[in-house]
Amino acid sequence: MRVWITLKLKLFCLGQKSYLGREFYQYSTAAAFEEPIKPPVNVEYNQLLINGQFVDAASGKTFPTLDPRTGEIITHVAEGDVEDINRAVAAARKAFDEGPWPKMTAYERTKIILRFADLVEKHNDEIAALETWDNGKLYEQSAEIEVPMFVRLFRYYAGWADKIHGLTIPADGAYHVQTLHEPIGVAGQIIPWNFPLLMLAWKVGPALASGNTVVLKTAEQTPLSALIVAKLFHEAGLPPGVLNIVSGFGPTAGAALCSHMDVDKLAFTGSTETGKVVLELSAKSNLKPVTLELGGKSPFIVCEDADVDQAVELAHFALFFNQGQCCCAGSRTFVHEKVYDEFLEKAKARALKRSVGDPFKPGMEQGPQIDAEQFEKILKYIRSGTEGGATLETGGDRLGMKGYYIQPTVFSDVKDDMLIAKDEIFGPVQTVLKFKDLDEVIRRANASRFGLAAGVFTHNLDTANTLMRALKVGTVWINCFDTFDATIPFGGYKMSGQGREKGEYSLKNYLQVKAVVAPVKNPAWL
Amino acid sequence: MTVLNNGNTESYVKIPKIKFTKLFINGEFVDSVSGKTFETVDPRTEEVIARIAAGDKEDVDLAVKAAREAFDHGPWPRLPGCERRRLMLKFADLINENVEELAALDTVDAGKLYDLGKIVDIPGAAETIRYYAGAADKIHGATLKMSRDLQAYTLHEPVGVVGHIIPWNFPSQMFVMKVGPALAAGCTMVVKPAEQTPLSALYYAHLAKLAGIPDGVLNVITGHGSTAGAAISSHMDIDKVSFTGSTEVGRLVMQAAAASNLKPVSLELGGKSPFIIFDDVDVDKVSDLALQGSFHNKGEICVAGSRVFVQEGIYDKFLVKLAEKVKSWVVGDPFNPKVHQGPQVDKQQYDKILSYIDHGKKGGATLLSGGKPGGEKGYYIEPTIFTDVTDDMIIAKEEIFGPVMSVLKFKTVDEVIRRANATKYGLAAGIMTNDLNTANTVSRSIRAGVIWINCYFAFDRDLPYGGYKMSGFERDFGLEALYKYLHVKSVATPIHNSPWL
Repeated sequence: MRVWITLKLKLFCLGQKSYLGREFYQYSTAAAFEEPIKPPVNVEYNQLLINGQFVDAASGKTFPTLDPRTGEIITHVAEGDVEDINRAVAAARKAFDEGPWPKMTAYERTKIILRFADLVEKHNDEIAALETWDNGKLYEQSAEIEVPMFVRLFRYYAGWADKIHGLTIPADGAYHVQTLHEPIGVAGQIIPWNFPLLMLAWKVGPALASGNTVVLKTAEQTPLSALIVAKLFHEAGLPPGVLNIVSGFGPTAGAALCSHMDVDKLAFTGSTETGKVVLELSAKSNLKPVTLELGGKSPFIVCEDADVDQAVELAHFALFFNQGQCCCAGSRTFVHEKVYDEFLEKAKARALKRSVGDPFKPGMEQGPQIDAEQFEKILKYIRSGTEGGATLETGGDRLGMKGYYIQPTVFSDVKDDMLIAKDEIFGPVQTVLKFKDLDEVIRRANASRFGLAAGVFTHNLDTANTLMRALKVGTVWINCFDTFDATIPFGGYKMSGQGREKGEYSLKNYLQVKAVVAPVKNPAWL
Repeated sequence: MTVLNNGNTESYVKIPKIKFTKLFINGEFVDSVSGKTFETVDPRTEEVIARIAAGDKEDVDLAVKAAREAFDHGPWPRLPGCERRRLMLKFADLINENVEELAALDTVDAGKLYDLGKIVDIPGAAETIRYYAGAADKIHGATLKMSRDLQAYTLHEPVGVVGHIIPWNFPSQMFVMKVGPALAAGCTMVVKPAEQTPLSALYYAHLAKLAGIPDGVLNVITGHGSTAGAAISSHMDIDKVSFTGSTEVGRLVMQAAAASNLKPVSLELGGKSPFIIFDDVDVDKVSDLALQGSFHNKGEICVAGSRVFVQEGIYDKFLVKLAEKVKSWVVGDPFNPKVHQGPQVDKQQYDKILSYIDHGKKGGATLLSGGKPGGEKGYYIEPTIFTDVTDDMIIAKEEIFGPVMSVLKFKTVDEVIRRANATKYGLAAGIMTNDLNTANTVSRSIRAGVIWINCYFAFDRDLPYGGYKMSGFERDFGLEALYKYLHVKSVATPIHNSPWL
């Protein structure tokens, strides 16, 4: 628990805390075989939320959402499709065009968002339980990190609502010029299943603070938490139509949102393959601007001066956190040859010690993967690693007979051209690569179609400064990893996406800039 | 005008129980070292409301010591911005929960309208704290584009211990306007409220403590300018002084800062703001606005539109309207919801204003309305309008800080720009016209910190304001105010083989 409290304070940064002194777990003896713990929450909302009302899908169809611990059905959820997207967009359009949301004062929006944050804080444990049940992530992580961070994100954006300033501009000539930052309109947002609540906050927070209205499609794997928080948002005074939630699948509801002619902006987080489709659909329809936050294969670089114990712990966290289901996972662990052997031995020991089991059980470090599809995909990558000539140091198989648990897996002797070093696995599979010098590791780290994040582990200032500029990625964590905060922008270079979320930068995704120009007669100054 | 004050204020007397009368140092209410106290007086009745601890140099020393400790070793500047935000949001909520009591304190202490306090001043104080709470995690430095192989960035660091010296005309607004951004920036502070209005400041200190703002971060020293104020201005261990008040005292503050540790000073001082009315306006509407511009808060407002320049085409018509409208302006007990104007803050101001009115009468201006005390008891003065005022009259040059309007006639845009700027002050200006070119030209030409076009007193926590010339320097409100309480530190280090520069 102390570790999690530390995490809460340091956001996702594990820093120097180690797991030494904790009970020694061998993953094979962990809780995966026990009866699943009954989640301390009931599912209350399973319909679409359109125009402030919970409604069934137009088709009447539903789909099951599954408990990744068992593969069993939690509940059936209304399955949104084209017609539901149309209804939701119409509601969002009306709420934008007729108000009151964009027409009320920014401070009114601030107050509603602050009230919402207070309500979520009050329902922290219930929401966290729902998130864990649907997603399989550790309950301690949901309750002590993610829901509180969700609250902080919304409070952060509440503070932005009344601080969105344009500029007055010194033009060449006797002109008075100013820029107005106007909300862009109806934003379509599509979020993934790995951090359902946080992804919602990253997208909905800036969109609503800047006065837009939203149609959000959740991932079909994790539709539940968005519905309860959206319900609370309306309790906090959000007018109907401002935030609409459509559960459903990508090719149907997602595609309809992307191609909609009346959606003014699109923000997507998910795989690079789907990101391409999203961008294409936008181009083919109304050329709506698109923000994409896609896949990654982020290097974690352990330099020769590293304290190996600390590096091992951080590299382990960088990869295995959230079952390895992080777009920015440090999935290529580059280790300097001087410390490689020691690192590998300790990394393997650390993985072996990782406690895997029911995410509702306190003290676990890893729960199940999200679903059968991901589970199979990860196991396939593991097979490809073995077949491709990498050395399987530990793990490599499923854990238990039920649910989607996978053993923490470490590969060594990984070469840059192996599939496991190139593709995003999105699972608990660490690949360790050896390097000799800085130029080499820069070249190899950058030799990826992705460019989301990087970890640098060194106390050498020159090395840190060189790497931070040379790596072609959107975030560089130096001696920390997964240090997320409402204020820190996040996004990718190359095929990891476009645009930035969080921080002040995220507001730009949801604002039009209007330049207003008028001559000024006899100006006192220019 | 109507004067409801016949000395009988009984039915509206609502003096709340005064809970806090001592200095607030390091989280505790304490007596002054000397044990001395001073009276704070109800300007409606001239009676004593309470005796308040009189802080002096020794007390300021103790408060600075606490603030220094809280800054150098305490949690406040070391908390993440989002944690300071959390405590400040709580502080704002507590202000909202105590609106009526706080509004009553400002009314008995300063003679301010109770209803306005309840609806505007006190909720506005909470909003200001909330605004800066939201800014606490948005203080960004820059990473710099350097012209050679350097990695460089700026850090915006809290300046340290701040001394705030605030006036009596808006006790609540002034308090939060100074304290809000300084708290958000991570500073610790010593606030000296005006000796006329110490009550609400002590109450806010109490609420800040309840909200969980750590001891020593916010200290309040009640007392006089020449003692406690001077001790703050000349203190060797205060890193910044922020002062709002008269130009005369502003000069003393800056001198004391210069003579002691060269602490940076921000000053928000007096004004003699032009309220310029062009021929094209709706005279009816503008006359209402002009009345507000001069008489709001009994004229005790640094940005009062006290020089009303009227273009000749509508001058006569405007005066007729003004004379008619001022008749329904009600002077009386500020607890009475029908009243527009309460008493002046104290005897000294009251006498000063009456002497200016005398100057106006003797100096050749025409008295259109008012010109006398309002009633037998308390510091009430009738809303007073002088017409045919010329630029060289004392009432057109000096800040009266009372309900006295001077109306001046002008012909052309160029002329009014020249005359409006012919003052040592430069705080605010009103421009009443619907002509876009006139509005744009005049707004750029007036040497003042705030320009209100077809509105006046359009204050908001979002809107930075402050003076040109002898109205002071630096800005309160808006994100600008944050930078008063932040140092910029540049950090540079060589880089090698950077793929871009």
